[in-house]
Amino acid sequence: MQSEPPNDPEHALAAAVTRGDLGSLSEALNQIDDDRPENREAALALLDAIEGHSRSPRIGVTGAPGAGKSTLLDALVAGLRERDRSIGILAVDPSSQRTGGALLGDRMRLSSSARDSGVFLRSLAARDQLGGLSEITGASLDLMQAAFDIVFVETVGVGQSEAGVIDIVDSLIFVAQPASGDLIQFMKAGILEWPDIFFVNKSDLGDAARRTSAELKAGLQLGGRRDPDYTPKVLCGSARDALGIDELLEAIDEHQQYLESSGQGDIRRTSGRAARVRNTLMTRFGRYGLERLTGPFEVETYVGEKSHSSVERLADELGLRIMKELGRDVA
Amino acid sequence: MSPNRDRPWLIRTYSGHSSARASNALYRSNLAKGQTGLSVAFDLPTQTGYDSDHPLARGEVGKVGVPISHIDDMECLFQEIPLDKMNTSMTINATAAWLLSLYIATAERQGSTSVALTGTTQNDIVKEYLSRGTFVFPPEASMRLTSEMVAYTVDHAPRWNPINICSYHLQEAGATPVQEIAYAMANAISVLDRVRENEEVDDETLSRIFGRISFFLNAGIRFVEEMCKCRAMTRLWAEIGRDRYGISDEKMLRLRYGVQVNSLGLTEAQPENNIVRIALEALGVTLSKRARTRSLQLPAWNEALGLPRPWDQQLSLRTQQILAYETDLLEYEDLFDGSHVVEKLTAELLSTAREELQTVLDMGGAVVAVENAYMKQRLVESHTKRLRAIESGELVVVGVNEYQETVESPLVEGGSESILKVDESAEREQIESLEAFRNRRNSDEASRALRLLEDTVKSGANIMPVSIEAAKAGVTTGEWSEVLRNIFGEYRAPTGVAAASASSGHEASAEVERVRARVDDVSSRLGRRLKILVGKPGLDGHSNGAEQIAVKARDVGMEVVYDGIRLTPQEIVQSARDEGVHIIGLSILSGSHCVLVVDVVEQLRRAGLGEIPVVVGGIIPGDDAEELKKAGVVRVYTPKDFDLTRIMSEIVDVVSELNAV
Repeated sequence: MQSEPPNDPEHALAAAVTRGDLGSLSEALNQIDDDRPENREAALALLDAIEGHSRSPRIGVTGAPGAGKSTLLDALVAGLRERDRSIGILAVDPSSQRTGGALLGDRMRLSSSARDSGVFLRSLAARDQLGGLSEITGASLDLMQAAFDIVFVETVGVGQSEAGVIDIVDSLIFVAQPASGDLIQFMKAGILEWPDIFFVNKSDLGDAARRTSAELKAGLQLGGRRDPDYTPKVLCGSARDALGIDELLEAIDEHQQYLESSGQGDIRRTSGRAARVRNTLMTRFGRYGLERLTGPFEVETYVGEKSHSSVERLADELGLRIMKELGRDVA
Repeated sequence: MSPNRDRPWLIRTYSGHSSARASNALYRSNLAKGQTGLSVAFDLPTQTGYDSDHPLARGEVGKVGVPISHIDDMECLFQEIPLDKMNTSMTINATAAWLLSLYIATAERQGSTSVALTGTTQNDIVKEYLSRGTFVFPPEASMRLTSEMVAYTVDHAPRWNPINICSYHLQEAGATPVQEIAYAMANAISVLDRVRENEEVDDETLSRIFGRISFFLNAGIRFVEEMCKCRAMTRLWAEIGRDRYGISDEKMLRLRYGVQVNSLGLTEAQPENNIVRIALEALGVTLSKRARTRSLQLPAWNEALGLPRPWDQQLSLRTQQILAYETDLLEYEDLFDGSHVVEKLTAELLSTAREELQTVLDMGGAVVAVENAYMKQRLVESHTKRLRAIESGELVVVGVNEYQETVESPLVEGGSESILKVDESAEREQIESLEAFRNRRNSDEASRALRLLEDTVKSGANIMPVSIEAAKAGVTTGEWSEVLRNIFGEYRAPTGVAAASASSGHEASAEVERVRARVDDVSSRLGRRLKILVGKPGLDGHSNGAEQIAVKARDVGMEVVYDGIRLTPQEIVQSARDEGVHIIGLSILSGSHCVLVVDVVEQLRRAGLGEIPVVVGGIIPGDDAEELKKAGVVRVYTPKDFDLTRIMSEIVDVVSELNAV
């Protein structure tokens, strides 16, 4: 028999989030973003309370600036609202290294018709890493997943961030812009090994779009995929004119089913959680610190065994362990 | 007096407010005072295709212009003004095809025909995306509407200017003279290229169409440079006509333009100084005979304070009349022929503008440079530079950042008496009259006309003839627009602020550094970075001020959610909730601040977000500012608050105090 959940403010807030109360979700997102040490425990309790609660799909959308990611999301939102699904979107923008300031401009591309009570959009400044994802991105997505039928995270594809985004999503969509020359760059950077779905946008460009799509398909034949058992879909469409959106939604569903039936979904989530813990520890303690963790405290082992704790909790626990080990080194 | 005086330009005043009846009375009184043409200001619902009773129209009806919902409104607007004898300029863009249809239908009711009509529909959508913000449809659909109006009028209303390419609003958005020239030309090329695609347009027709493209320029206080800008533009336009479109008829190659002088530089501080500014700016576009404007509108001296009264507009009219009739300006040939200084400056502007034009054309033209935000980004950068120069004192604005010492101006002693107060009952009366119209029209005929309109838009045929029929059948502005909205969709233009700020934040003054340090300090006490929401409620699309606030907030280290234009109070509240912001900054210039801002504050409270402070910026008279503060707004900023860094500093204070950190 399951025991009653503890009656503390964090659990009450977590319960409200899972009910889909948007005001509570916003408050929860603010709370986990609070970096004052005295508030850390409350944030961890909140994240623990929602951990593993929801299996809603987590979808990443990435691509070069100007490829049409926001417009595509807008079209996806319209399609999903027609199917009566609630949607959370996390839009990540780079912030200035120098001033800490950031212009989070993406919201304004979400059309008025998309602004109803079934859509929630939070913009996030990628604070520490240039174009990369900060720790808070994964934690925010965890919270949003608990509240919605499907969640998206949109990142600017400058290279580094893709590696981070695959740790927090189930399916990754790459938005390609025809005739932009981005593709060659992405191929060179090895980015093509990550996405599960490619969407060649601006199909009204005709030949250029067809060429890009052919190049992509050829590139994918070269192998080197993260998941060699799954052949990614390459779709063509136009986010602006809402062309190809139904096909894209189908491709997302299909990939989700594949993840479920093949067991890859669980593998991804587990390895993603471990990678997030590892990244956090790497940022805080560096390689030297990480190497202090051995045996049962080795990151993958530790995270694998504690599937009910949040990534942040695990990172803090292992962080304490590292500090202890480092202290012993000094002694 | 010399017998060879030139004919003066058309003398106009941009006006319209409250209702068709009130505006008609104003027009007739202006004409009686010697105004020689009309310039119609429509209210924002009409400009963005909503009937006066639409939810988004709330608070906006009759505010910045006249509401025109149907043919009876249009007929009332021009009562006792014979349209075949009048030259009318209409500032209408997204819904230009519709308002021209109503105008033609009205002319027919008066017993005239479209062939007799002279005037201009502004109809320039590119600058709406870049600056003015009253766009509705996506670029592709908008270009189609424009080109269909051009194709229709060239034969059916041959004396009508179907499009007035506006560089005016680009300067208001911060454009330098070079940018003004280059982007206006790129814009005109995008229209002409589109028109040329039409197979029915032969060389002879193209030549006539080229000759009917007119421009609407701005004239700032640097009036020597502005004059050279007009001369450079005249040459570039003829060059484009000859080289790109093979036009040889010299008459068709002549640049025809109208002007409204600069509003951007009009100040709230010592507002009487604006009287002098306006007169000097008028010189810039009238001095040189070769590049003289065809029509002129002068703003009112007190625009930065609120809506001008009839007396204020009369002063602007008299300024024009003194220049045209009292001075000897119109007695001479071009004063500057042979001036090597003018020639050199003109040549420089011309060659730099040619390069910038080429950059845009290489990119794929004006429409592409809107969609990829290139032009917008350049404008935001120029505007940021200009405001920084005013803040630093590098650019002198008398009475604002220099020579602030002043005695109290007797002109504004009356407080709210020294501006026009729109009668609050105007909106209700307009809605009542709209309902009465809907009841008395033949609704079968109206429905039939709407179905025909829908079929025509879908078929790709020219929409002008069916729109004129729809006007006669009693279709309303909202109904006509709704049909097009459903087919074309609605557009949201890129803002250009993100990219602009990234490239413009490098040289920070000591004051900026100080505010940055405070933002860091308050952020660490809040536990997360200070986050602000910036947006514009209502239908007013003049986003320049909001954009500059967004850029500055980012430069001092805040996280800025820029939510853009045309937001309902509900959408603003939703954004504030989703984004978890510490403060909300609203910008509003249309005069509907009392209704909309108070609505935002009340809805925040109802959503349990009442603790989020709201600051407001805009053209807000003192009495209204008090009313807003009573409703819970914590700060109100007006055009006299030119120091954006100081505004930021106060925003940090507000957040800091309210959160007790």
